[in-house]
Amino acid sequence: MAEPFLMRALLAGLGLAVIAAPLGCFVVWRRMAYYGETVAQAGLIGIAVGLAFSLDLTASVLVVTLAVSGLLVLLSRQQLVPFDSLLGLMAHAALAIGVIAASLVRGPQLDFMAFLFGDIFAVTGSDLRWVYLGGAVALAALVAVWRPLLALSVHEDLAAAEGVATERTKVIFVLVLALVVAIAIKIVGVLLTIAFLIMPAAAARPLAETPEQMAVIAAIFGMLSVASGLFLSISLDTPGGPSIVLMLAVFFAASIFPTVLRRQR
Amino acid sequence: MVLHEHGPDDGHEPHHHHDAGPDAHPSSAHDAKALISARGLWLERSGRAILQGVDIDIRPREIVTLIGPNGAGKTTLVRMLLGLQAPDRGEIVRRKGLVIGYAPQRMEVDRAIPLDVGRFVALAAGAAQEKIERVLAEVGASQLIERQLSELSGGELQRVVLARALVRSPDLLVLDEPVRGVDYAGEAELYTLIGRLCSEAGFGVLLVSHDLHVVMAQSDRVICLNRHVCCSGVPQSVALHPEYARLFGPQAARAFGLYTHQHDHRHDLAGEPRPPMAPDRRPSDQES
Repeated sequence: MAEPFLMRALLAGLGLAVIAAPLGCFVVWRRMAYYGETVAQAGLIGIAVGLAFSLDLTASVLVVTLAVSGLLVLLSRQQLVPFDSLLGLMAHAALAIGVIAASLVRGPQLDFMAFLFGDIFAVTGSDLRWVYLGGAVALAALVAVWRPLLALSVHEDLAAAEGVATERTKVIFVLVLALVVAIAIKIVGVLLTIAFLIMPAAAARPLAETPEQMAVIAAIFGMLSVASGLFLSISLDTPGGPSIVLMLAVFFAASIFPTVLRRQR
Repeated sequence: MVLHEHGPDDGHEPHHHHDAGPDAHPSSAHDAKALISARGLWLERSGRAILQGVDIDIRPREIVTLIGPNGAGKTTLVRMLLGLQAPDRGEIVRRKGLVIGYAPQRMEVDRAIPLDVGRFVALAAGAAQEKIERVLAEVGASQLIERQLSELSGGELQRVVLARALVRSPDLLVLDEPVRGVDYAGEAELYTLIGRLCSEAGFGVLLVSHDLHVVMAQSDRVICLNRHVCCSGVPQSVALHPEYARLFGPQAARAFGLYTHQHDHRHDLAGEPRPPMAPDRRPSDQES
């Protein structure tokens, strides 16, 4: 455990698990998994831009995730194309643009794997700062809007009639989501970021009786998956991000199957 | 209470002079005594008029029932009064600092969110635990406080939603089809409960319903809506109104007449406490 790269990987993964847990609960409750996926895939454009101009990759990804979030808010106001189709369209358009832009910048030999699935063992000190400082900002913002956000997730009209500033609260949530997605992309990649958000929350649901319990249990599942996934990765020499996601899937299965089997009796 | 009639072609614009008294024609000025007062609400969608110059007032301690067929614009009107939707034209005046308790139509419980009854009610106001327990007791749902929302029956859920509307100590309670999914006995019981709480706590009530009989029995005033206000007034006068018979059929008018005669004594707009008003033909247990 003394290896510095392993310590950094562990610190980044555990920090990310803690930030992702409460946010992931809201992504699950508000049925925004596909929305998050779209924002994450758009992050590839940010990586291409960052590589082209030698910028901090997380910062340039953040600019793109924020821009795409704003665009989605605007596009959600039209009704000719259903929102899920729009998300599918945007996610794949963004992926295509990102791949083309990155190829133009670095040539066809660029290793996309590191950006699609992350490279948790290549985490730098700068990445750690993003996780802990950016993560603290994200968590603080989420705690600040926790009650109104929960109220409108349970029943939006009811919350609005009771005086919750629903639009402002939703905008804050979308911004926090864009920030956390940007932080996570460098570590677990464009394609696995949303898994980091929704899988711990989904695994926590059958065991939770309050919203806060669900967030805490999700954080525990996330941290256990990071630790066991990294151990798996080191032992079997498998890629880090996918190994963590595999463990998340195992925890989810262990959590949900007793419920499923009970229902069938 | 005067019976006001509005034809669909009145097309009155909102007026902004406030010199008329509270008993002036409703399209002319806002009711100064009202908790909430709306004038000339107008909404069109895709060239079709949803609301055509609707006026409505609700005063303290008054139970106003809004009835009308499907597509009459009842829910749209409620959403406007709650501030959830803006009219194209028209004006809504709320009494300063008005607190509204709202029980939405068909509360869908999302099983993805783990939430017990106590927490659901607490979402309304961040009210003290003691207050939450008190309103749950008032609606006869004390024993449900630790149950998950997703485990409740339709009737239990309605009581819990009512408790949430009450926990903010509202001046005005807005109940959109509160008896949907509740059985017949539970329906009468719920209306009795609302009537009792209204006279005890002194708030105004706006009740939206497609159900004619029980609602009528508990109402001080009925507004019959079909995109415009067809007729309004005390239940008896509405029941006898030809527009009402046209909308709901002569049978409905007869059934309604049968239920209202015993409530002649209850129209105390001055706000005096009323005698209990349980419809005695129905199983009525006020406490459970």
